[in-house]
Amino acid sequence: MRYLPLTAVDRADMLKAIGAKSVDDFYGDVPAAARLKGPVPGLPNHQGELEVDRHMTKLSRKNRAASDGPFFVGCGAYKHHIPASVDHIIQRSEFLTTYTPYQPEIAQGTLQSMFEFQTQVAALTGMEVANASMYDGSTACAEAAVMACRVTKRNTVIMSGGLHPHYADTTRTLCEAAGIRVIQLDPAIDGELELARAVTEVAACVIGQSPNLFGTLTDLSPVADAAHAKGALLVSVFTEAVSLGLVKTPGEMGADIAVGEGQSIGVPLGFGGPYVGLFTCKSKFMRQMPGRLCGETVDADGKRGFVLTLSTREQHIRRDKATSNICTNSGLCMLAFTAHMTLLGDKGLTQLATLNHEAACDLADALAAVKGVKVLTPRYFNEIAFSTPKPADEVLAALEKQDVIGGVRASRLFPGAGMDNVIIAAATECVTAGDIEAYAAALAKVL
Amino acid sequence: MTMNSTGRPTSITAVDGTDTAYTVSGSRGLLQAEGLIFEIGSTDKTGVDLARPKGTKARLGGVTRGAPTGLPGLTEPEAVRHYVRLSQRNYAIDLGLFPLGSCTMKHNPRLNEKVARLPGFADVHPMQPQATVQGALEVIEELADWLCKLTNMPAVAMSPKAGAHGELAGMLAIRAALIARGEGETRKRVLVPVSAHGTNPATAAQCGFIIDEINAAPDGRVDLEDLKSKLVESSDVAGIMLTNPNTCGLFERDIRTIADLIHAAGGYFYCDGANFNAIVGRVRPGDLGVDAMHINLHKTFSTPHGGGGPGSGPTVLSEALAPYAPVPLIVKTADGLRFVEHHSEAPDSFGRMCAFHGQMGMFTRALAYILSHGADGLRQVAEDAVLNANYILARLKPLMSPAFEGYCMHEALFSDGFLKDTGVETIDIAKGLIDEGYHPMTMYFPLVVHGAMLIEPTETESKAELDRFCDALASIARRAVQKDPSLKSAPHLAPARRLDETRAARSPRLKWTPETPTLKAAE
Repeated sequence: MRYLPLTAVDRADMLKAIGAKSVDDFYGDVPAAARLKGPVPGLPNHQGELEVDRHMTKLSRKNRAASDGPFFVGCGAYKHHIPASVDHIIQRSEFLTTYTPYQPEIAQGTLQSMFEFQTQVAALTGMEVANASMYDGSTACAEAAVMACRVTKRNTVIMSGGLHPHYADTTRTLCEAAGIRVIQLDPAIDGELELARAVTEVAACVIGQSPNLFGTLTDLSPVADAAHAKGALLVSVFTEAVSLGLVKTPGEMGADIAVGEGQSIGVPLGFGGPYVGLFTCKSKFMRQMPGRLCGETVDADGKRGFVLTLSTREQHIRRDKATSNICTNSGLCMLAFTAHMTLLGDKGLTQLATLNHEAACDLADALAAVKGVKVLTPRYFNEIAFSTPKPADEVLAALEKQDVIGGVRASRLFPGAGMDNVIIAAATECVTAGDIEAYAAALAKVL
Repeated sequence: MTMNSTGRPTSITAVDGTDTAYTVSGSRGLLQAEGLIFEIGSTDKTGVDLARPKGTKARLGGVTRGAPTGLPGLTEPEAVRHYVRLSQRNYAIDLGLFPLGSCTMKHNPRLNEKVARLPGFADVHPMQPQATVQGALEVIEELADWLCKLTNMPAVAMSPKAGAHGELAGMLAIRAALIARGEGETRKRVLVPVSAHGTNPATAAQCGFIIDEINAAPDGRVDLEDLKSKLVESSDVAGIMLTNPNTCGLFERDIRTIADLIHAAGGYFYCDGANFNAIVGRVRPGDLGVDAMHINLHKTFSTPHGGGGPGSGPTVLSEALAPYAPVPLIVKTADGLRFVEHHSEAPDSFGRMCAFHGQMGMFTRALAYILSHGADGLRQVAEDAVLNANYILARLKPLMSPAFEGYCMHEALFSDGFLKDTGVETIDIAKGLIDEGYHPMTMYFPLVVHGAMLIEPTETESKAELDRFCDALASIARRAVQKDPSLKSAPHLAPARRLDETRAARSPRLKWTPETPTLKAAE
């Protein structure tokens, strides 16, 4: 076995040094009925690297990669170009094969990159503090809801109809288990401001998203004002981090907690994970945050250094009184995010965001020119919803036959909501003019 | 010592009698000094060459960003250098033995990295048509099949994103099962041994359960009498959360009895699978009466820890809990594999735990690892992991204080007994290891052992590497007994000295700010 360094001679020598007859001696406490005499039945034995590589490659070829042709799928994960150096950096042994930085003297590399990440995320979102990542945007959203209840000592959470349904469902799961009441407004393409009317004196928070699932941009400032007037918090959600290069930030809108998906910066689509959840809030709520935080300090020589801090919030210290059960978060994806963000800088990010917006404008124009198509999203960044005269599942299947992956049918995310003819499509910097032409031409054929 | 604004000393100064000298550049040989990106980058730099925008009139509806981010950029050579310099301040498995107990820091095979990056896995979208991702669904199914067979459990929830998320999956399934029985409001008590990982009580509390701690017996296992006393004529017990092998590195020899007691009391048995590496291929948790157990793919199945994730925590479920598994589920249809994504299609499911379908990037890596080892190799993994730990225990027994009598499983646990009256503490031993070129062991955990030192070598260490590690730790133990004062200020040779954690927590500085220079001259 190529991964096991002990030789038969080593094993015999070691058993002798220990004073054991065989490894069976170590398993003496296992109930006799549960001791397997040989390998687990019904499973194959070991294989060489060549054979495993061949098998995995074969499976991978059954999937259509985003780069294989025109591709317009968004809804919470976005196809962006990742600089080659990002993947090189995260494969450095010292980052890839190390643990959570509990021993700061030999983990300053990870810790400094965390500190830089926290600073970047705070600047990007316009918020005061950011943590060192969550699993993904959806779990960050759920934790934000629970945190809002801790902060306000209230027990009701109100979610908009444009919040990504997976985020809403994840939040409901966590909240219901914690005894928190969840109210979800009806699905709406342009309904985020309904939250301002829905907020009540018992609400811990309202959760709105911009750009929302349908790509609609909304200035949530009126929602923040309405929430604050009732003593509730605004949780502002985003699933497309690149949008923050151009659009009004959660901080500028008065959000108390802002959470989102960071996949767009540095992390591949990867069929949905691992991703990187961004979690930010106002400083005054810092001690109620979930997850790891890196802070600056000095070492015994007085040199600047970084450590994990405020860990009395966390499970390994506070156990059942912790702010969350989260332990392992999304370290390496955080590193990919911060490395990509460092390559972009403000200049690159603004340009990237502009290219995305222009691609979406071109897509909207091209599709709107197809007979029967109606663009439904009033204000957008890089994603739009549109309707066609035919059911979306039929349209997308027919597009797929012409090798155009045209987006997501709204009914996959909102079944039974009367959106059977609605398609949600995203256009990023990876989409070419030719891709957009191909989409419009294929759609014209289908309709 | 004076320093410039990027934290570099501005004079050559020898300090406190050591042979460590500071340099004008701040670098020390191969270890390059490096500032923060906010100190070395600038907003007019970028490391990407993007197309020039056409100048389309914006359709943002006026929802535009007010102030620029102010974030600095670096060109590619500067950025690569920045992160490579930072990387050299990290310890890693690829450098040497990483004996963190309960963390299973084994070698991360590079084949895993290669297959995870195949475009057909890395460049597929979770919401693209399911007919175009049949290979991805097959990977999930194939891995799920292995996990079920290795544990002898009928079902597995694949979406949990880390170990603690898997615990949540298991406890939410238990909660749903109790609600279905009409006992959701009455069964609120969850038994958790005092030796448990912090995530166990934190998870149970997150699900609205009340924690009832069970004592440890003098032999490091669950105190069976204490457990029984908590179950007498009770009708409020939801279940037990028990790690096996436990956090003392021991197999809970009464595990069948514990399972029977819990089941007889109407509760469920959650097993924390963090230590599955000790028994994989030799013992199946399904044969021990377990109802739910998460499997850390980033421990037993070698996906990289990445400096704190991403992890992945698929959770196997018994017949009793399987109906409540979270969505998405995979079903076989005439047209191939398909996700069940909605609650409406799986009414008993407790719901969704995250967006999309779980940690696909970890599934491909774990599957490559599992196929490489096969059933025979995985059995050898467990045996070698346990053999290595027992070898360390045997070698260090004469100098240190084993916490318990007898053999251990995959990790060796010592108390600080041998440090009595020396003035040296567990943390000093840990920091002393750093100077010897090793990452410290897990310290002060489990809580049931005074000054605990928990050492898990894993199976991917050679005998020579184990001997070198034991020689180093033995030398530190001898120095401790001789009251060597230099241990109290260790490490001396690491990229940083001991850091002031109290100061960090007292006035938290969680981000860089331009107004207040982050570094003041040494105080």
